[in-house]
Amino acid sequence: MCLAVPMKLVEIQENGRGLAELEGCRHAVNLSLLSDVHLGDYLIVHAGFAIEVLNQQEADATLSLFEELVHAVESESKRASPQPPSDSL
Amino acid sequence: MNYIDAFRNPDVAAQFVKRIAEQGRALAEKGLHVHVMEVCGSHTMAIGRYGIRPLLPQNVELISGPGCPVCVTDPGYIDAAIALAQRGAIVATFGDMVRVPGSDSDLTACRAGGGDVRVCYSPSSAIDLAKSNPGREVVFLAVGFETTVAPVVSLVEMAAREGIGNVSLLTAFKQVPPALRALMSDPEIRIDAFLCPAHVSAIIGARAYEPIAADYRVPCVVAGFEPLDILSGVHGILGQVLRGEAHVENQYARVVRADGNPKAQALIARFLEPVDAVWRGMGSIPASGLGLRPEFAAYDAATRFGLAMAPGRQHAGCRCGDVIKGKLCPTACPLFSTACTPDHPVGPCMVSSEGTCAAYYKYGLPVEDQGERT
Repeated sequence: MCLAVPMKLVEIQENGRGLAELEGCRHAVNLSLLSDVHLGDYLIVHAGFAIEVLNQQEADATLSLFEELVHAVESESKRASPQPPSDSL
Repeated sequence: MNYIDAFRNPDVAAQFVKRIAEQGRALAEKGLHVHVMEVCGSHTMAIGRYGIRPLLPQNVELISGPGCPVCVTDPGYIDAAIALAQRGAIVATFGDMVRVPGSDSDLTACRAGGGDVRVCYSPSSAIDLAKSNPGREVVFLAVGFETTVAPVVSLVEMAAREGIGNVSLLTAFKQVPPALRALMSDPEIRIDAFLCPAHVSAIIGARAYEPIAADYRVPCVVAGFEPLDILSGVHGILGQVLRGEAHVENQYARVVRADGNPKAQALIARFLEPVDAVWRGMGSIPASGLGLRPEFAAYDAATRFGLAMAPGRQHAGCRCGDVIKGKLCPTACPLFSTACTPDHPVGPCMVSSEGTCAAYYKYGLPVEDQGERT
């Protein structure tokens, strides 16, 4: 029941409402649970209410941690496997 | 921006699986078998959908918890909702609730018998229903955890602001932290760590689990619902277990703040207060529910219609209660996939799209993870 979907805020209306877009469809969204929203924000929408704004800096930070993990494992495996002789054809 | 693909990147997933396998070996050397409870029903579904269980070492077990609000709702609540529809009220509800069995019937059968049961996507639809049916009572089935509580209680705020008098809530709200405490205090259940819910935490904040981590020495990691979120959550948990630590980690920082959503919390506190609540399978847990404050009793359907909500009866063979507590794997229930299927559900865990039994039915499971847990 707690599923919530990220949608892009494309219009801010009166009375704490707005329109948010997901895969080309626009949905009415209630913005009253958030105090600071801007056009272009990705909202986390649950039961027609935006419950949070997706923090893109945090998302990028998490993804770069994941990248580091992949690279760390790659360099470990390079160290672990013997290098081919440099004069081989 | 395409974060969806990024958080489903199979190369990164493969590295996490490798890391988790290494952690599994290190745990095995210490003779440790780790029970991780994924509290939330949306996690249960995501774990099934992305096939995460079979990717984990044998000594790392993901156990589904009580985090499906439909599943933990007592049959007596459904009985009360049916009684309201039979008295002529419009019963508005999220779709998950309409097939949940009460003691003798469900809301689908009630509707077939002439009851006015309406499915809503958003609680604000109940306001529209009340406006367009001024001569009738509209009762919204207020079921859900913290994520859902704030949107639903907004309905009361809207009704109060707009002077709408024919709408009320039949409340069975639940809070996650008291349930985690009840699980940790049950000597029959072994939980070594919690994978904490994503969007409940968006409301209450990651810090809400700190007292639980400290009091029970149990690692708590907040994770999102994408496969990399879940794998990195498990990786974080196992790291804590190996280091002998128990604290709160927030893997889902792109959505969950340490202190949660203050506006939603203020709205909840203004209209609701903690009450004891009955959880299917777990009994009454002190202060684990949220009920309307006495000054908003006019919006409380139970008060307004003088309903006595008595605990209901469930099917004699149904083991949903043990499944909810993580004591029984769904496939070990004698009714699973025989008498109880998504088409003909006997218990709520098979009804709900996020119920543990529905997840196991839909996505299957490796043979070794089937049985009674000790």
